[in-house]
Amino acid sequence: MRYSAFRVIAEALTGHRGWTPVWRDPEPQADYDYIIIGGGGHGLATAYYLAKEFGQSRIAVLEKGYLGGGNVGRNTTIIRSNYLLDGNEPFYEFSMKLWEGLEQDFNYNAMVSQRGIINLIHSDAQRDAFTRRGNAMILNGADAELLDRDKVRAMYPWLNFDNARFPIKGALMQRRGGTVRHDAVAWGYARGADMRGVDLIQNCEVTGMRIEGGRILGVETTRGYIGARKVGVAVAGSSSKVMAHAGMRLPIESHVLQAFVSEGLKPFIDGVMTFGAGHFYVSQSDKGGLVFGGDIDGYNSYAQRGNLPVIEDVAEGGMALMPAIGRARLLRTWGGIMDMSMDGSPIIDRTPVDGLYFNGGWCYGGFKATPASGWCFAHLLARDEPHPTARAYRFDRFLRGLMIDEKGQGATPNLH
Amino acid sequence: MIINHPILGPRDAQEFVYLGDASLMNRPDGMSDGIEAFHDYLYNRDNPAGAHRELWYHEQGDRSWLVVTRNTVTHEILKVELARDVASKAGRGK
Amino acid sequence: MTQVNRIAGGQIDRATTFRFTFDGLPYTGHPGDTLASALLANGVRLMGRSFKYHRPRGPLSAGSEEPNALVQLRTGARQEPNSRATVAELFDGLTASSQNAWPSLRFDAMALNDRLSTFFTAGFYYKTFMWPAAFWEKVYEPMIRRAAGLGRLTREEDPDEYDKGFLHCDLLVIGAGPAGLMAALTAGRAGARVILADEDFRMGGRLNAETFEVGGQPGADWAAAAVSELAAIDNVRLMKRTTVIGAFDHGIYGAVERVSDHLPVPLPGKPRQTLWRIYSRRAILAGGATERPIAFENNDRPGIMLAGSLRAYANRWAVTVGDRVAIFINNDDGLRSATDLQAKGVDVVAVIDARADGPLLPDIRHLKGAEVIDTRGRLGLTSITICQSNGRIETIRASALGVSGGWNPNVNISSHHRSRPVWDEAIQSFIPGHDGPPGLSAAGAAAGALSTHGALATGQAQAIAALADLGRTARAELLPEAEDAPVSITPKWYVAGGKGRAWIDPQNDVTVKDVKLAHQENFTSVEHLKRYTTLGMATDQGKTANVLGLAIMAGLTGRTIPETGTTIYRPPYTPVAMGTLAGRSRGRAFKPTRLTPSHAWAEEQGAVFVEVGQWLRTQWIPRPGEVHWRDSVDREVLATRKSVGICDVTTLGKIDIQGTDAGAFLDRVYANTFSTLAVGKCRYGLMLREDGMVFDDGTTARLGAHEYVMTTTTANAVTVFRHLEFCRQVLWPDMDVQLISTTEAWAQYSVAGPNARRLLERIVDQDISDAAFPYMAAGNVTVGGLRARLFRISFSGELAYEIAVPARYGDALIRRLVEEGRAFDAVVYGTEALGVMRVEKGHVAGNELNGQSTALNMGLGKMVSKKKDSIGMVLSGREGMVDPDGYRLVGVRPVSPEGKLTAGSHFLEIGAAAVVANDGGWLTSKVYSPHLGSDIALGYLKAGDRKIGQRMRAVNLLAGTDTEVEIVSPHFFDPEGERLRG
Repeated sequence: MRYSAFRVIAEALTGHRGWTPVWRDPEPQADYDYIIIGGGGHGLATAYYLAKEFGQSRIAVLEKGYLGGGNVGRNTTIIRSNYLLDGNEPFYEFSMKLWEGLEQDFNYNAMVSQRGIINLIHSDAQRDAFTRRGNAMILNGADAELLDRDKVRAMYPWLNFDNARFPIKGALMQRRGGTVRHDAVAWGYARGADMRGVDLIQNCEVTGMRIEGGRILGVETTRGYIGARKVGVAVAGSSSKVMAHAGMRLPIESHVLQAFVSEGLKPFIDGVMTFGAGHFYVSQSDKGGLVFGGDIDGYNSYAQRGNLPVIEDVAEGGMALMPAIGRARLLRTWGGIMDMSMDGSPIIDRTPVDGLYFNGGWCYGGFKATPASGWCFAHLLARDEPHPTARAYRFDRFLRGLMIDEKGQGATPNLH
Repeated sequence: MIINHPILGPRDAQEFVYLGDASLMNRPDGMSDGIEAFHDYLYNRDNPAGAHRELWYHEQGDRSWLVVTRNTVTHEILKVELARDVASKAGRGK
Repeated sequence: MTQVNRIAGGQIDRATTFRFTFDGLPYTGHPGDTLASALLANGVRLMGRSFKYHRPRGPLSAGSEEPNALVQLRTGARQEPNSRATVAELFDGLTASSQNAWPSLRFDAMALNDRLSTFFTAGFYYKTFMWPAAFWEKVYEPMIRRAAGLGRLTREEDPDEYDKGFLHCDLLVIGAGPAGLMAALTAGRAGARVILADEDFRMGGRLNAETFEVGGQPGADWAAAAVSELAAIDNVRLMKRTTVIGAFDHGIYGAVERVSDHLPVPLPGKPRQTLWRIYSRRAILAGGATERPIAFENNDRPGIMLAGSLRAYANRWAVTVGDRVAIFINNDDGLRSATDLQAKGVDVVAVIDARADGPLLPDIRHLKGAEVIDTRGRLGLTSITICQSNGRIETIRASALGVSGGWNPNVNISSHHRSRPVWDEAIQSFIPGHDGPPGLSAAGAAAGALSTHGALATGQAQAIAALADLGRTARAELLPEAEDAPVSITPKWYVAGGKGRAWIDPQNDVTVKDVKLAHQENFTSVEHLKRYTTLGMATDQGKTANVLGLAIMAGLTGRTIPETGTTIYRPPYTPVAMGTLAGRSRGRAFKPTRLTPSHAWAEEQGAVFVEVGQWLRTQWIPRPGEVHWRDSVDREVLATRKSVGICDVTTLGKIDIQGTDAGAFLDRVYANTFSTLAVGKCRYGLMLREDGMVFDDGTTARLGAHEYVMTTTTANAVTVFRHLEFCRQVLWPDMDVQLISTTEAWAQYSVAGPNARRLLERIVDQDISDAAFPYMAAGNVTVGGLRARLFRISFSGELAYEIAVPARYGDALIRRLVEEGRAFDAVVYGTEALGVMRVEKGHVAGNELNGQSTALNMGLGKMVSKKKDSIGMVLSGREGMVDPDGYRLVGVRPVSPEGKLTAGSHFLEIGAAAVVANDGGWLTSKVYSPHLGSDIALGYLKAGDRKIGQRMRAVNLLAGTDTEVEIVSPHFFDPEGERLRG
């Protein structure tokens, strides 16, 4: 079924009887050409592009819970391609270009909204670093602007300009950055994949892998054994658990990241903003809630919930930056499990097991990567060679000393 | 969270800084071990969903490094030891 | 307007009258009122508009679960959007205004959405607004964003203060209804440290809203007596107006106390609210239950509310919502609303009982097996249409309708650790699961014990059990007599058959039709249901809506309710002001400010300060006549190089390292060797991370055989110390080495320039001639008899020293140095001049020490000794880190002296296109060198060591500048180092 304004009107006038399921609930088949483990954003996008762009079929996505229930369903919805390093920026710019055409491509309004993102500057060293970054972005074909203090003030006069512990000195802006309705990304990809014959199998947890002679034959699941020619793993915070079935230890730790939303408010912030003197980032959803986040809690966790100190820390950052939000109320907190890698950058690579491929280590930047991650993983699965923009995302970069460490924190996952 | 410090008793986890897997104690010897050994030591982690031995540093306190055994699913703390004792017993020496 | 709907009784103080306004109109109320009860007393039912359809709305409830009656409280900078009128405590002079309505609450233009509701179904926006692509940001979304949101935030700074506090107790009791009061009494009498927290401004919970007797007296009186008894127990802390917002790990609970919200403005010195972190050994959740509605057509009109709330308004606040009241129920509890209101003299026109069986009320028109199928009244209920058991349709005039579909225990906090609540068939509700937060149990209605006796009994039992867990004994005293009616309920979720809309989540306008559509489109998991329809995502978090919605979905899918399950309950229990969570950490108090001992002196001089981490450092000190900061900085640099300059370097990290293994330890943590350093000498040290990247640098001096003092960069003082402790305790536990941070113990000043020695000779008691104290010497000296440390090290390329005295003498020393320096025209320079001189000298600093660079990148590759094991030595040899074409530190000068450089510019070959393939690296630090008369910079350039002497471009695409530059050695100034050895 094709969605359109005409369709919405026609259905409204006929009692909405014609809407059909956005995806089927098929029983798993005995075997597939491709099994994607993980029905989150990256897994669904992988299946979608495998079918649509790489002409593959006999594809299944196995999801232990409900579709889109991973980090694609619990993030702060920000998209941007304002990365510094050569290993990252082309990939995220590719992702941005895919976002820009996504809704027309999969015929679902995911509300991709390029209202701009600004990274605030509070010191000369930060300005130097953002100048380096902004230039790297432009060299990679992205857009970037450096704003001075007055320009920032013109945009958001109610920021704390006059009584700040760390005064605002300017900002790096990417106008093409913005937000996307996160759940709709999962649903759009799921629907698009389902329409192309992909079996989306919910409540199906992988409990083991059948590997013989160094080659994967299939996976054991809570719904029985399913054979596969190739298996792609895209399970974010569960990466270590799933890859342990193949006997692999990963350069990844699982950490909880909390995120927050306020009660609905009339328009307050148009674009996305990050504080440069504390860990705080914020945007306002189309419904009116301030959506914001900060640091990860900082300890290994699979609990999908966090603790009070980080909530307070994030609120402190918010109040330091925006003293007018004192009487806005925090409505809801949530927690997602982040696959924090050792250099803060992801992995899209083959594994030592033939036919087993891995996609993970997204830290807390996976949402914006969803389209390119899916595309590049599909590329790797279908063609057995990395996509040009994801070539650096290899397992062996740590062995070879080719880390992609945007923050310069080294092998300390909770600091990325 | 509350960490029951072996010397100081229960302390809020906010007083501590977290490092990660206690296997970071098992540093290879730079004069005899090579890049592969150090690579495995520094980068690859078990990352279990369940009991996890991990290093915490009492920065806002007595500066002890602790080995805390904590369930990463429930956050229950099962055991707290002074890292120095653990390392010494493990024969880390000097 | 008079209080037309005020009736007899209630817990309000009629002797005092409060005046308040709503949308500019004046009203009166009394102490004890909420804004909602007072407005209802004045005959005002219309208080808000819904989010999507802008439907007129009045209160659904009398508590914190309220989805409809949201208003903006107060005005100006204190304006609070989305405030629930049902919990806003009335005070004299309160002003409130409606929100999400234009031009007025009664005539809201956006109510057009309601007419178009057939198009605006759940998720319609996912299916349209896609063409043309550019229209989303330009047309559709701005329209949606303007319409969205509820209340308005002023853009002024919140003028109130907020506080934080920490509390410890044996037992935290959450909720002060009959169960909570009994639990607190039981534990308090037994001597346990008890905190009893309740969100209401009057403790007692439902006892205040009911007519039950407890122990032979009115329930509210029993509650008041219990509160009095508790208040007299020293080990009990009563916290009213305090909402426990969440259960966190290891018995830590967050709570918000609304200290001043019942006052026009906080009393002097008092916060508006306090965030408490309560450390509790055990906790009892006695948070009661929340009534849920039954969905039927047009069930959202002002005047339609929960039946229990209807009688709460009557019993507690002496208010009837209307003159003709009807009740629609599926359970016995709802019958109490009819009898209580009738007893108060209110005209109860009918009880519509969805059940065919059960008791029949005398003296009231009690229709069994009947349903409400529609209602009328645009801005307030005027009539209901019912269908009787025989199929007869009847319209009944009514201005208030109480609805009861049963009670949901408030399981929220018991589920904050992701425990799933379990379904209790008898009460047709979820109750807390068994795997909730350790140490937390539930009692009373929160545990599904819905009678008063049940509340008292479980409150007592849970308190005894909690104390027994702690090894204490509490007595089971005789419980006061109380009603113990069994729950009689027949599930009824919605009235089927109608063609109109029946609301489930009234704020977000989620109707039964939306749930059906979600089912039709296969959004059948509760999480999909929530996310697709927005069920339960409003400011009330679905407290009245969620169970209703999922029960309807269960019916559609054929699954049971427990199979369908609930979504995750997450903190906070009710929304919390951001100001409260931030407390005092805002404005300039956002982070601590660290000042050096000579800060006061620098302030006297009119210094300009700069934030360096938490420190404030002198950036430069302007002198009369200087109009631009460069005037000051150039002067400071030139004066230092000409004669002598003084700089406060106290912020550098300082670590004393002692022990017989101190030298061996330093060899392990530094890339270069320190065990061979002679006593009385210092050496520049390069510290790597284990991954081989440069971590930090600084000088370390050997003051004795087993005694070293290390300096670190300001930025890394804390992390280096942490790292050294890690190495000492975890990697090499048996080394005899001790560490202590002395960063704050010493005030330290750099004295640099050709006259540095001559100046210091006037101050230091010992011989510091070049022979006695040569380049890189270090040692203990005295300054007028005071112990001090002197290091002959240079960051500026000049003859230079750093002198340290105990911190409390820092102020005296800077004054002495300046005083003695007059003879040499000494200058005090700040971080800018420091930066200029270090760039002139080619020293790496923060912009080069970026955590992404190796010693090789910095031109310091030879410092990494392979003859010993040290942190980072092995991994610094990985192939990607020893690439001969990798980045190397270079100096950069514009070919034309007027050429401008910008840090962050990238290197491009002359004639090369500005694309990433041609990216040669970037300028890390740039300064204006008064010595050279031009901008100069350091940079990381690919294969930079082989490009010295070449011309390139430094391009800043952000500013559109493109400067031809010459690649030079990073040592711009005195490359042979003759001056510093002078």
